[in-house]
Amino acid sequence: MTSELKEKPTTNSSPQQSSSPSSPPPSPKPAAGSSPPSPPAKREPESPPFEKGIVSQIISHFGNDKIKISYIRPLRIKINVNPADIVEVATFIRDNLGFDHAEAVSGTDYPKDDQIEVIYQLGSYSRDDLEGHVFSLATRTNRDDARLPTLINVYRSAEYHERETFEMLGVYFEGHPRNERFILPEDWADLPPLRKEFRIRGR
Amino acid sequence: MAKNVEHGIEDDLNKKLAIQIVKESEDDRLMRLSVGPQHPGSGHFRFTVTVDGDYIVHCDPDPGYVHRGEEKMCEYRNFIQNIPHLERPVIHDSSNIIYSYSLAVEQLVGIEVPRRGQFIRALASERERQIYTLYWLAIYGIFLGHSTMFMWPTGDRELFIDLMDALTGARVTHAFNIPGGVRNDIPDGFKDKCLRNIAYFEKRLKEYEDIFYNNPLFRQRTEGVGILSKEDAIKLGVTGSVLRASGIPYDVRKAEPYDIYNEMDFKVQYMKSGDSFARSYVPFLDMKESCHIMRQLLDKMPDSGEVRAKLQPNPKGAPGEAYRRVESGRGALGYYIVSDGTPKPYRVKISVGSFRNMIALPHLLVGSKLADMPSVYWSLNYWPVEADR
Repeated sequence: MTSELKEKPTTNSSPQQSSSPSSPPPSPKPAAGSSPPSPPAKREPESPPFEKGIVSQIISHFGNDKIKISYIRPLRIKINVNPADIVEVATFIRDNLGFDHAEAVSGTDYPKDDQIEVIYQLGSYSRDDLEGHVFSLATRTNRDDARLPTLINVYRSAEYHERETFEMLGVYFEGHPRNERFILPEDWADLPPLRKEFRIRGR
Repeated sequence: MAKNVEHGIEDDLNKKLAIQIVKESEDDRLMRLSVGPQHPGSGHFRFTVTVDGDYIVHCDPDPGYVHRGEEKMCEYRNFIQNIPHLERPVIHDSSNIIYSYSLAVEQLVGIEVPRRGQFIRALASERERQIYTLYWLAIYGIFLGHSTMFMWPTGDRELFIDLMDALTGARVTHAFNIPGGVRNDIPDGFKDKCLRNIAYFEKRLKEYEDIFYNNPLFRQRTEGVGILSKEDAIKLGVTGSVLRASGIPYDVRKAEPYDIYNEMDFKVQYMKSGDSFARSYVPFLDMKESCHIMRQLLDKMPDSGEVRAKLQPNPKGAPGEAYRRVESGRGALGYYIVSDGTPKPYRVKISVGSFRNMIALPHLLVGSKLADMPSVYWSLNYWPVEADR
């Protein structure tokens, strides 16, 4: 209708690509980076101070070797840890940083790196200043022998999510009582469907 | 199964568990009952309950009867082609399930929604949340044997659907809230029609309260039944009305305001008792609050302007990821999208309220009476199709 008449030529190349939510978040939105167009994945604006403070607490406790920061954006933090450290880091996040439940556990298959990434999206109900924040705790495991320690003893809410990740990506959660079929049929005998080599029939 | 062994997956633990369950059922005292998936009271969902006399001692949910592989399908289609099929998990709340997808795609593609578009989008999502809640209320009513409560919301829902039909051109699956804004502007005379509808509905809500929530039979079957404490609600990570009924005033619209929600004046409705009654009453209070929000939306909406930001024909997301949430009829609804710079998403994860609330079902049912099962199950605001995706 009338809305399509006016065309803006460059709507698709704003400098704040992949930076922050379009709605104004409570924390101040940093100015767009003035650096020349460098590789787009690394073009993050300046980190917001509150989120930076959360990350610095973890870094000061565990050191730079164990924690790899993926990004710090308004309301969103993502860190990468080794599978061996994940239980320890998750316990610290729950007890000291106030993220008290897991919203989702998402697995992503990266055949190029021969790895599977599992991300715990953690939120907080008990602390008001964290209510809009999502802390993503990520770890990577080998595709051939995908094994990770379970976090259900730290985050009870991850139980069904981990079970879903097990059957959809074939990641075995050590210590989880029920690594078994959940959403898929009980007699499912094919590849885990969210692995990239599983193809939808006919496509 | 051979393929699974190849990936290093063992089934030892499963065998142990299977033996345990068989032993339970050999005992004369215990009986294992299957609820669903054909059972008219559970939707397309099955769970087994083991009963000792009247009391439930074990409950095991078994979802997946309506699994469609939405997340896998997303990887084969581009960002725009994904819109219609992503609405299918919950057709009665389709504006909300596509809302957070739109927010995440907008973040990846890097576009801003015009102000008028944001208002119309929020209006559609508020209306849609009421439509979903009415549908759920109707089913809740009929499964507690209250057939008037089935008829009334079903009838009133039809008026709402007509309104959405006038706005979007479709009754249930609208594909209206899309990345960049909304598909079309509001039609002539829509504002007045909508205001009349809200006035009628607010009058009806009082009648709902009298016939349903103040009904002594309904209150007896729900009050004090299936109590979820505040601590357990946090531990289990439940969301939406289940969480707010347990005394935690958490709403994504307030916690992380998207679009123009930070300009809206509304209260997060919550109760403290955490029983089935609270879980059924909180969505009702939400519907009331939604009317209040819709009035403000209609009042503050700019009179003219664009409703949709122009997207490229086949938009590419910047390499990276986005996780965005909205408040749906069943709680927080999040999309985690990984993009590798191509027009198709690399991975889409849909985090839905129904799946998150499922964990509360065994927690609440174990120890309660079998007769309380429908009242607890439906109070969880569980939508099987959405949970299975």
